[in-house]
Amino acid sequence: MFYRETGQFKTSYRTDQAVFPIKQDAIGIWVLLAILFIVVPLTFNDFWLNSIMIPTLIFSLAAIGLNLLLGYAGQISLGTGGFMGVGAYSCYKLTTIFPDVNILIPILLSGFVAAAVGVLFGIPSLRIKGFYLAIATLASQFFLVWAFGRIEWLYNYNPSGAIEVPTRRIFDIAVTGPHATSMTRYLIILSIVVVLTWVASNLVRGRIGRAWMAIRDMDIAAELIGIKLLQTKLTAFAISSYYAGVAGALMVFMWLGAAEVESFDINHSFLILFMVVIGGSGSLIGSFMGAAFIWVLPIFLRSAPDYIGLEIGAATVEHINFMVVGALIIFFLIVEPNGIARLWQIGKEKLRRWPFPY
Amino acid sequence: MSDTTLKPSRASMSAGKRNWLVTAALFAAAVVGSLVVGEGSLVYEIFVSPFLFVVEAPDLFVQVIWEGLVAGTLYALLGLGFVLIFKASGVFNFAQGIMVVFGALSLVGFYAAGIPAILSLLLSIAMMYVLAWTVERVVLRPLVNQDPLILFMATIGLTYFLIGFGEFIFGGEPKTMITEEIGLPSGSYSFDFMGGFVSLQKLDIAAAVIAAILVGCLAVFFNKTKVGRALRAVADDHQAALSVGITLRQIWVIVWFAAGIVALTTGIMWGARSDVSFALQIVALKALPVIILGGLTSIPGAIIGGLIIGISEKLAEFYWGPLVGGSIESWVPYFIALGFLWFRPQGLFGEKIIDRI
Repeated sequence: MFYRETGQFKTSYRTDQAVFPIKQDAIGIWVLLAILFIVVPLTFNDFWLNSIMIPTLIFSLAAIGLNLLLGYAGQISLGTGGFMGVGAYSCYKLTTIFPDVNILIPILLSGFVAAAVGVLFGIPSLRIKGFYLAIATLASQFFLVWAFGRIEWLYNYNPSGAIEVPTRRIFDIAVTGPHATSMTRYLIILSIVVVLTWVASNLVRGRIGRAWMAIRDMDIAAELIGIKLLQTKLTAFAISSYYAGVAGALMVFMWLGAAEVESFDINHSFLILFMVVIGGSGSLIGSFMGAAFIWVLPIFLRSAPDYIGLEIGAATVEHINFMVVGALIIFFLIVEPNGIARLWQIGKEKLRRWPFPY
Repeated sequence: MSDTTLKPSRASMSAGKRNWLVTAALFAAAVVGSLVVGEGSLVYEIFVSPFLFVVEAPDLFVQVIWEGLVAGTLYALLGLGFVLIFKASGVFNFAQGIMVVFGALSLVGFYAAGIPAILSLLLSIAMMYVLAWTVERVVLRPLVNQDPLILFMATIGLTYFLIGFGEFIFGGEPKTMITEEIGLPSGSYSFDFMGGFVSLQKLDIAAAVIAAILVGCLAVFFNKTKVGRALRAVADDHQAALSVGITLRQIWVIVWFAAGIVALTTGIMWGARSDVSFALQIVALKALPVIILGGLTSIPGAIIGGLIIGISEKLAEFYWGPLVGGSIESWVPYFIALGFLWFRPQGLFGEKIIDRI
């Protein structure tokens, strides 16, 4: 009744090609942003911000990165964790070498280091495809994690082998380190994620995105119509790794506060892959939904026995947690292999005809 | 027409030869250069000193090769499980690693419950059948004809489920494999070899023999039995197999069961060398470079790939590892596999990937 485009006439190409051609969607996104930027910081407490909102946003960014590669360019990568690590470590190096520079600059620059590494490990994608490529990208995962542990220069010869985030201030407000409040960190992360999502949504609508999708659907045909495989695939790896790198830097600097090698291991890569597939590959909004679902589900499951008054040991809860998450993933893949984004789309279609479906 | 098609191929062949020549010349230059630069330089440490060490202590070299062979056998077994399932159902089964743990744990668990060793072994085999049947019924059947990536994710989901389920039933603490009770030997043979001595664990020899027997049985099963023929038909073409009256579902259960038995064997062998714990499931990651090196669809590929990876990883770790701080075993196999894939994108023995418009 409220959600239909009747009467919204497009009189120029500009309006026709808008990100949200339906007015209700455009209004909806502004309302959502207003809620995220104003209502959430005012109402949510530290626990909610720190253990739900901030990680969900960071993982969404990483999931968008992987989604650009997997869902749009069709190249499977299992090395996201490693690329996030590259971002985190290079951000750490940059900010310790130049302590006076505004911390946002190292965070955004560290993505470029990750992009360079991503291009390097993306080169095999020119010859290797499908599962062969997926496993080949594990080379980057294992090599990078090994390098983080072995190259002492990366963590400034810290005896604990971990990187600890120093306090950095913008306009005398601590934004990283132990003194930063969760609200400041949340707002900064949110801004970066919003900007990068906007960039991504325009990338995939434009020439680059279309070239990626052509390669995803059939790379020989794409080559025949004049898309340069080398450039396009490597661009996909570069941009995807850029997102992963920034997400990694944010994860360590704005959320964890310290990180060891284990923070970037293979399980991490699988976690992000799950977010993409459960959320819906080839959909940006799906990345957010997938990240929220995969991140919040275990938290919810862990606290569920308390709510209904069951007394279960912590270890048992953890085991049941694993079982339920595994079973739910299978269930989800069976029910909707195209991910939550597809459900969302179906819901919207239904809503347009509601309450008089024909 | 033949002229025009032949010319570029001839040209590329000579280019290939030139590449080899250049590589060989570079290598020779590096060796000569490092000899000139002398001991202590990085080039010397990489290109000369490991080989000198091989010549100086051949017994160590043989020992390292043996260790590699043993590890390679286990990788080959793991890879075999992957390949069996991938061939027959097109599923890249990430759960193979946890199936290894699950098989070993159920064997130990049955024995701990007071059941005799041989009976526990049979019960664990039955357990693997139940697992195969359930997986087919609950996971594979509803997901038939889905994108391979979706099926891959589903097997990761299965892995999570089995981790939780296994810990729920058997507990998370490491257990000792009942090596002697099921008749596996222990101890080692040592013998002198060119001035040093080499020691071979009896258990490792048994592992190699059992692996060989298992592979032999599988080969006979695939080539001589009716079910085996059906399996090969399914692996070749699902639709053609269906159209001549082969039941896919049944075949999938059989193939997952076969992979389960392979997993159980791997679990026993690996568990006997270390503990039986959930950490074992990461050995699945060890098998991945093996199968891409050998080719995802090739059983001989898995075996030869396993041996190549096993030996080269141990050699690299032993002779070049100390240069960069050790434990390079985690990534060297992947780079070796990458090197092979660069020249053969379908692996050594995989079906040639043909792209058509």
